[in-house]
Amino acid sequence: MAKVPEDLKYSKTHEWVRVNGKIATVGITDHAQSELGDIVYLDLPEAGRILKIEDQFGEVESVKAVSELYSPLSGEVVESNTGIADKTETVNEDPFEKGWLVKIRMSDSSELDTLLGAAEYKSFADEGGH
Amino acid sequence: MSYVSNTAADRQEMLQTIGAASILDLLSPIPQSVQLNRPLNLPPALDEMSLVRHLQVLAAKNADLESNLCFLGAGIYDHFRPAVINALISRGEFATSYTPYQPELSQGMLQAIYEYQSLICALTGMDISNASMYDAATGLAEAALMSCDHSDRTEVLVLKTVNPHYRQVIDTYLRATGYTLVEAPFKEDGDTLESVKSQITSKTACVIFQQPSFFGSLEDVSGIVELAHSNGALAIAAVDPISLGLLKPPGEFDVDIVVGEGQSLGSPMGFGGPLLGFFACKKQFVRSFPGRIVGATVDQQGRRGYTMTLRTREQDIRREKATSNICTNEALLALAATVYLCELGKTGLRHIADLCLQKAHYAREMLSKIPGVSVLGSHLPFFKEFVLKLPADPVLINKQLLKNNIVGGLPLGKYYPEFENGVLLCVTETKTKSDIDHLVSSMSSALGVR
Amino acid sequence: MSSIEIADGEPLIFEKSRTGRTAANLPECDVPSIPASLLLGAENLRNNLPLPEVSELDVVRHFTHLSQRNYSIDGGFYPLGSCTMKYNPKVNEKTAGMPGFACMHPLQPEETAQGALALMYELQKMLAEICGMAAATLQPAAGAHGELLSMMMVHAYHRERGDEKRNIVIIPDSAHGTNPASAARCGFKVKGIPSNERGCVNLESLAQTVNENTAALMLTNPNTVGLFESDIQEICRLVHEAGGLVYCDGANMNAMLGITRPGDMGFDVMHFNLHKTFSTPHGGGGPGCGAVSVQPCLEPYLPTPTIKRIGKGASAVYSFDTDRPKSVGKIHSFYGAFLIAVRAYTYIRSLGAEGLREIGENAVLNANYIRARLTGHYDIAYDAKFCMHEVVLSANRQKQLNGVRALDISKRLMDYGYHPPTNYFPLIVPEALMIEPTETESKQTLDKFIDAMIQISKEAETDPELLRSAPHNTVVSRLDETAAVKNLDLRWEPLFAE
Repeated sequence: MAKVPEDLKYSKTHEWVRVNGKIATVGITDHAQSELGDIVYLDLPEAGRILKIEDQFGEVESVKAVSELYSPLSGEVVESNTGIADKTETVNEDPFEKGWLVKIRMSDSSELDTLLGAAEYKSFADEGGH
Repeated sequence: MSYVSNTAADRQEMLQTIGAASILDLLSPIPQSVQLNRPLNLPPALDEMSLVRHLQVLAAKNADLESNLCFLGAGIYDHFRPAVINALISRGEFATSYTPYQPELSQGMLQAIYEYQSLICALTGMDISNASMYDAATGLAEAALMSCDHSDRTEVLVLKTVNPHYRQVIDTYLRATGYTLVEAPFKEDGDTLESVKSQITSKTACVIFQQPSFFGSLEDVSGIVELAHSNGALAIAAVDPISLGLLKPPGEFDVDIVVGEGQSLGSPMGFGGPLLGFFACKKQFVRSFPGRIVGATVDQQGRRGYTMTLRTREQDIRREKATSNICTNEALLALAATVYLCELGKTGLRHIADLCLQKAHYAREMLSKIPGVSVLGSHLPFFKEFVLKLPADPVLINKQLLKNNIVGGLPLGKYYPEFENGVLLCVTETKTKSDIDHLVSSMSSALGVR
Repeated sequence: MSSIEIADGEPLIFEKSRTGRTAANLPECDVPSIPASLLLGAENLRNNLPLPEVSELDVVRHFTHLSQRNYSIDGGFYPLGSCTMKYNPKVNEKTAGMPGFACMHPLQPEETAQGALALMYELQKMLAEICGMAAATLQPAAGAHGELLSMMMVHAYHRERGDEKRNIVIIPDSAHGTNPASAARCGFKVKGIPSNERGCVNLESLAQTVNENTAALMLTNPNTVGLFESDIQEICRLVHEAGGLVYCDGANMNAMLGITRPGDMGFDVMHFNLHKTFSTPHGGGGPGCGAVSVQPCLEPYLPTPTIKRIGKGASAVYSFDTDRPKSVGKIHSFYGAFLIAVRAYTYIRSLGAEGLREIGENAVLNANYIRARLTGHYDIAYDAKFCMHEVVLSANRQKQLNGVRALDISKRLMDYGYHPPTNYFPLIVPEALMIEPTETESKQTLDKFIDAMIQISKEAETDPELLRSAPHNTVVSRLDETAAVKNLDLRWEPLFAE
């Protein structure tokens, strides 16, 4: 079964969010990586890019599928995990830790309330939500 | 004849298994209001012997260029096709296979395409080649679109020394997308650099040129590439693959995308189709080029195998965001090109290119001696095509030549009004000295010269 | 050498190369020869031409061996859905190879090409009759190219009427990926609409979607789940009333030959795949021909040149017409894949009206037979009394039970000697297996294939690992496609080592 850590927030487009002060770290969920299969390419935004909630900010590709990334929050990209560009399997192996994708400085932390909790996301994903 | 295998008894049994009363019953999902209910209005069916005879009658109404001498070029060329090519590509295992979606059953075609890609890279000096495009014209159009998409620039600068048919196709593609084609004229002495310099702007996504040019002569490739790059535009070359048996490959001039017509590499002229567009580029475009590509990998046991790869650029996965809509391409012609390049090899291709070069020069030399005939662009080096100005309308002269079983060159007035009475002639290795002498004497008499 | 070890496979032709070995038998130069460096300039000449050096026997054996590593219709049953892998008659190759067709230059004078022009003219006329439209062009080189041309004509049609705001093309979620890709290539925005519970166009959502911005609807009929869109007239009416045009993806034309015609249903434009419906060989992925047929409203926009006929019968004279001010322009270097047109013409002339209808009927019969016999062993994608020329199964049942997927079933079929069906398409069917038997296969061939499919469905229950590790009897097993992307190897590097 796909892992759904309790302490994270989730979007219906299968991104997770970990909040640390004003900084939100974003990645894709274990469920999402397992549906995609072996990830072979990441297209991530440059630092400084301003995102609105639900903006498309990048892509994750496996051999036979492309999954667009949507920002779960508004804010400015402060860092992308470019270090795993050559080790894209990290997203499959460790989606919630080493496989994070971007860090965003939130401009409106009230948006966090629009995201799903772990239990809600789990039942959403189990119902085949996409 | 419909090549259907089922007998009436088979059909009856099958209908029973299905639980249908009749074939008409099976067709019941089609509303009566749109069923045809009459036979199509088509000519009657022919048995194989009558069919072949009918097609022979049609074919006989064409001047075939096996029994006539062809001095036409302009993008389609009468080159030697070794017998081995047809013998191999007509094998049903190749000809009646589909696009190699299932690699375990398609290793033959996949490996051949991988070899094709390697050979096109070798010929052009480029990093990567795709598995083929429809023809040179659409290959150039795709390259132009790719440049615009790649740069967010909106103009495509094409030299007027590029094949007019290619320019028309590029224009069609660009008009549909809202990008603009800008044409760079050439000066009377053939110079193109000056107009490229004056037309190139910060909106220019790419500069498209042809080497050798439509007129057969050599362009200043380094000059064009330098102008393109210093203005932030890509340099796109259309090339004649046979000329690359001798000429320095575009990769050595830092060209970004190379496109060409591969018909010369072992395929018949076929009244202009099917053709083979080859497309090669620098590796920095590995995620944005159009078309299919084959890569080498290993199977579960570690054996070498081949598969289509980088598939997420393509329409079946990325749909409206695909880098192109192309799927079916020209695999069998790519196979012909592969066999051709292997059969000729390192020395053979160079030899063929040199034969073209020598014979074209001999022909131009002899034709230019006919009183009233002059050479256009005589100071420019040329490969296998050249332009003459005749003292009469070349359309009429060609009618005279045809009486001597010669299909003359292309009258240029239709494409370039400034070249009144100009004709573009092509001489390949398939013409012997006596063929050329025959052209010269026929041309002399057609022009009323003794 | 490559890091990849070679075991039993056919080496690359480059690995057979030996310095000094030659193949082609070429003539000496018979005109006065001048060094190329003088004629072209030494600075323009290449130093190195890294092509292989092999004998003609090397070439023949190599490509013969490669052919033996390739599955084909000539070799066996090829039920690849949407691809119409029917028998390719050999007489079509004979006629296309006649020097009077194959050895023609596209720019030779029209009076020396009357047979070719007549053939193209007649084929266009026959295609228009077959689909119930006014005119046709042979210029597109493939189905996707025909789609692109169709969208260009739709674009020109609206622009001509000053209706430039029409920038939306509606496409059902069951469509081929080429449809949205072609529309987008013409600057259109794509609006997807969901299929209904029968796998067909949802009339309600179509009615809500069409408006004054609708340029066209792109629709495949029979659709990609193998069902006829029985509301087709209503669908066309809805789009036309909103001022849009309706385009037919003709990939599935085989089912309709002589039975029903897109033009009569209300479609304005369609593409044919001559390499599917009219049996010109697929060539391992081309050449094809994506001929396009149009109703009178789009005829002015056809690509140039078109073909004109003056006079009739034996005194008819054919010529190219480039004076077409509203035309979208040219989309091919010349006139399209002429030699493919010769094959298709030969094919249609061998069939006649009666033969064409037999094709449609037997294609539908064969698909329904497979569907009937596999019901109970696999899920059928949509409930309908009968399918058309293809049947879409779902391996959802096998996936739920044992985790066996459509891909595993496909790979296992190879062990039984068959090419697998199309899998994972259409996207709206989970674990899709799309089977198109075509009309040329016999009941006996179908029975053996069906028996294999049933056997595999049993194996999926009793020995799922056998399927997951399949194929076992092919020249290579499953390839590492992840490695193929991550460690890109797109050409033979040692060729470039200098």
